[in-house]
Order: sequence, then structure tokens, then C-alpha cells
Amino acid sequence: MAEEKQPYGLIAQFETPADTLHAAEEVRDAGYSQWDVCSPFPIHGLDKAMGLKNSGVGWFAFIGGVVGFTLGMLMIWYMNAYDYGIIVGGKPMFSPFGAFPPSYELTILLSSFGALFGMLFLNRLPRLHHPLLKNRRFAQATHDKFFVVIECEDPKYSETETRRLLESVGSTHVELVEE
Amino acid sequence: MAEATSNLKVSAPPAELEREPLVANQRGPGYISDAIAGVNERKTPKWWWSAFIPSVLLMLTCFAMVIYLMSTGVGVWGVNHPVMWGWAIINFVWWIGIGHAGTLISAILYLLGQRWRTSINRAAEAMTIFAVMCAGLFPVIHIGRIWLGWWLLPLPNNNAFWPQFRSPLMWDVFAVSTYFTVSVLFWYVGLIPDLAVMRDRAKTKLRRFWYGLFSLGWTGSQRHWNHYEKAYLILAGLSTPLVLSVHSIVSLDFSVSQLPGWHTTIFPPYFVAGAIYSGFGMVLTLIIPVRKLYNLQEIVTMRHIDLLCKVTLATGSIVAYAYVMEYFIAWYSGNPYERFIFFNRIFGEHYWWGGWLMILCNVVTPQLFWSKRVRQNLVVVFIISILVNIGMWFERFVIVVGSLYREFIPSNWGHYMPTWVDALTYLGTFGLFLTFFLLFLRFIPIIAMSEVKGGTPQADPHHPLGGAKVEGKH
Repeated sequence: MAEEKQPYGLIAQFETPADTLHAAEEVRDAGYSQWDVCSPFPIHGLDKAMGLKNSGVGWFAFIGGVVGFTLGMLMIWYMNAYDYGIIVGGKPMFSPFGAFPPSYELTILLSSFGALFGMLFLNRLPRLHHPLLKNRRFAQATHDKFFVVIECEDPKYSETETRRLLESVGSTHVELVEE
Repeated sequence: MAEATSNLKVSAPPAELEREPLVANQRGPGYISDAIAGVNERKTPKWWWSAFIPSVLLMLTCFAMVIYLMSTGVGVWGVNHPVMWGWAIINFVWWIGIGHAGTLISAILYLLGQRWRTSINRAAEAMTIFAVMCAGLFPVIHIGRIWLGWWLLPLPNNNAFWPQFRSPLMWDVFAVSTYFTVSVLFWYVGLIPDLAVMRDRAKTKLRRFWYGLFSLGWTGSQRHWNHYEKAYLILAGLSTPLVLSVHSIVSLDFSVSQLPGWHTTIFPPYFVAGAIYSGFGMVLTLIIPVRKLYNLQEIVTMRHIDLLCKVTLATGSIVAYAYVMEYFIAWYSGNPYERFIFFNRIFGEHYWWGGWLMILCNVVTPQLFWSKRVRQNLVVVFIISILVNIGMWFERFVIVVGSLYREFIPSNWGHYMPTWVDALTYLGTFGLFLTFFLLFLRFIPIIAMSEVKGGTPQADPHHPLGGAKVEGKH
């Protein structure tokens, strides 16, 4: 049952955010695409150094908010003016002002769901398994170390060349991670 | 031109403008995770058990009181005509007000770039969630026939008609449930990277499984952080108008009615300021013992306490202003009922002392925080922080009972006296709150590790401690 272990990629350890930032710039300039930097906290300026675009989470939140507000207004109109209208104090059956506070809350509620689930969707989370999480050294990525990860899937990947690049930018330890 | 600017020498700021660091003694990321995760990893301390067991008993008392109320009827409470809103509403407003500080710290201070929030926001948000749970109990049980509580939901009832959305009480249902849900979401999003820390440090299979499950497979990937930080920013941006709306809507429960003392336009901002004031009081009450018991003085420094005191002072002063304005408008309006109610609050029969207690605790004592010596004395700060919440409870008592027991027609006047069931239900909610808070202290990282790490100079790639070789270069 000895299944051949597939390599996942190379991880290179760095000790400081400055070294990591520098390494990320080098990896980006070398033209890699399937790579990542893992760190215990977001490093200021690393998104630029990696060439990441602005996150699209905002759109999910925006759509959630629009749906929430519309839903709230329609719901109250349907319940109090259309399906079973009750005259209260001779006032109009539907007033946007009375309907506003619940709709406002629903805007925020669905917008928050949009932000959370949008973030999880864009990150392809939750996932129960990840090759990196099996690696003992990589557990330091949530503690105080920084890792540049270059996947084998990358068209530019070559075990020797990539390893040389990672060592030349100052990594203290380069290791092959298996799938 | 470019050369001219590059030759400019900028001198370092004078020493008195230097701010105290947020993490003392230049502790780095490794120390921070060890100190904070260690709280959950060490053996359960004795004091924890001696706090947890009474809390659980108190919580069970609360449940017993609720069962007694349900099985017997609202007659077990002191509410009766004309005071039909008694302790239940007072406690509801009080608890939900306490919750507001957590969201203020986590959302508003985040948007304002106040980085000192990072070492207290997790505990403050937990406080929010548990306080809203305590608050949510009261509107549900005060309706009398609890089994009809689902009439508050937007569902058609037995007669096929729907809830009436012109009522602020319906707005409240949406405000409070949204507030609870969004607070939990925001808290959980903040927790994901820290649960991953706990997973990676776990020594037992059980811990690895549970922390691993709830950390959703977080690897600390920068591509993930990119979406994560945006989502966090958006949630902060959404929580800010939310928290302001929640207590505004709570205040509308009162101000939309026409009773003197309630029917005023100042209520929404006045309630929000009071809520934040009481919440900061509670944050201080909780954080002072917690930082001491867990030896976290290097992460929750005296500067944090100092800043919390200053926010308490600021919001307390807004509350004081609102009191003055209420009295001024009552006089200036020329309305005899308004004038009478406000006179009655501090000189009237039965409850005049509640009015003075409220003024003493909310107007006078927070002013002591002008003194730096007071802000640095943890015992005094702790005592004041408790007085803050006593004062805020009496504020709600004065508003609720004060306006109801002396309304327009003297033949409608009455008296209100709570019963032992009222008292034990209220005390029991402390058990509910503390039980959950102690469980939080035991099992969840009580300080946002990744955020605290991100705020240290060691995390800044342009700082020498972050590995920058030449100043400003990496």
C-alpha cells in the first residue's frame, strides 16, 4: 500500500519580517506564480511585495447589504401593508420610516455574513487538511517564524534552481514538503 | 529638488512626546504567544475553580428563578400597575449597555487606528457577547407568557397576522439579535489566526482536533491575510454603525412613548454615551484582576489602564452633560409634567436617593480620573469602575420607575417594590455572565495574539527590531 509521496513544494524559513519582505520581492521578480508567504501576523507592505491585488471581499459585503435592506423593506411592506394590513392611528399602511430601523439592521447583518463568507470563499476555507500543516517546522509559522512557500505546481519550479534562489535570498532553512 | 529633500535631517521627537510601548520590555512575537497561549495550556489555577463553582451555582439560581416565573406567573415579580416595566427592563438596558464597550474597542478604535486596543479587544468582545446574552434573557422572560415569545419573530401568529413593525419593540428584536450575531462573527473572525496558534502548539490529540477544527485550516498565508484583513476592516466598519444603532433603538423604546422623562430627543446619543461609559467600567472591572492573575502586565500595561480610564472620563462627562441638558430642557420647556418628573427624580417620594446615587456615581466619581495619580492606582480604578456600573444601573432605575410611578394623573400614582425573585434573577445573570467569561478565560486565547504581535516593532519590516538593515530600508 506504499503510495508514492508526491512533493508539495519547498518551504524556506526566515527570521525577521524584513528578510521575508526582501525574499518575497525576489521571488516575485523571479516570475513565480504559485507561491505564498506564511507569517504569524500580516506584514505591512508584503501584499505589494508579493504583487497581490486589492481583496474582493468588499463586493460580497456590498451585495449582502443591498439584499438585506431590500429584504427588510419588502418583508415589512408585505407583512404590514399587503398580506394583513391593520390600520394603526389612521396612518398609512406602509411607511419607510418605521420600516427603516429593522431594514438597517438587516443590511448590517447580511453584509457581515457577506464579509465573513466572502472571505472564507476567496480563501477556500475551511479546509480540514493541508500538506503544510503536517510539517513540524511549519508549526512555527503561527509562532514567530516566517516561511516562503513555493509549490511544485509552479511552471518555473525546479527543485535545485528554486532551492538555490531561496538560499540566496537569506533563508535559514529550506525544506521539501510532501503532499 | 529630490536631492534637496533627501538631505533634510529630521531630528527625533522630544522625549516627552515618545509614547510608552504597547508591549513592555520589547517582548517579541515568541514571548507573546508563550505568555498568552500559556494561560490556556497551564494547569487550571485554584482561583479559577473557586470563582467558577459559585458562578455556576449563581447561574443555576437564575434558571431556577426563570422556571419559577414561568410556572407561576409575573406576579412573582414586583411589577404592578402603574409600574409595569420593572427590573427586567432595567437589567436588559444595563446589560446591553455594558456590551457596547466591547464593540467600541474592537470596531471604532480599530477604524481610528488606535493600536492599544489589540491587547484588550478579545476580552472586551467576549464581555460584549456574554453581556448581550444576559440582556437578551430579560425581554424574553418579561413578556409574561414566555411560550408566546415567538410572536416577536416575523412569523404569522395563530390569527394569521404579523408583528407590527411600527413598534420600537420590534426594532429592538432586530437590533439586539443582529448585534449578538455580528458580535459573535466579528469575535470569531478575530479568533481564527489565534486558534491556529493553539492548534500548532497543542500537545494532546483532543486539543489539536478542536482547535484545528475551529481554526478552519488557517496557515497564515499572506494571500489569506489579504482577504482576512479586508473582511476584518469591513466587519469593523459595519459594527460601528451597528453599535450606535443598538442603544439608540433601545432608547427609542422609551422616547417613542409619551411619558414625561422618556419622550425626549436627547435619548439616543445620551443612551449610547451611557452604554459606552458603563461598558468601559466593566472592562476595567474585569481586566484589572485578569492581568494580575495571569501575569500579563507586560501585554496589558499601565498605559492601557490609563487610556481606558480616559475613555471612561470622556464618556462619563458626556453623560453628565446629558443630565444637565435633560434638567435644563425640562425647565425650559415650561411643561409642568416634565418639570415635575425631573424635580421628583431627586426630591420626590420613595426614590429620591436613586437619583442622587446616579448623579454621584456617573457625574462626580468619574471626574476623579482627571488625576494621573488616580488613574495609576489600580485599587482606586477598580473601585471607581464598579461605582460606574452601580451608577448606570440606578440611571436606568430612575428612568424606568421614576417616570412610571408618577405619571400624569395623581390617581394613577403608585409604588414599586422588587421581590426576592427580581433580585435573585438579576444576581443570577452575574452567574451566567461569569460562567461564560471564566470558560472563555480557560479555553480561548484571551488576548488577540496575532494582532498584538503585528503591533510590535519586531513585526515592522522597516524597524531595526524587525530586521531592517539600514534605517527605513530592508
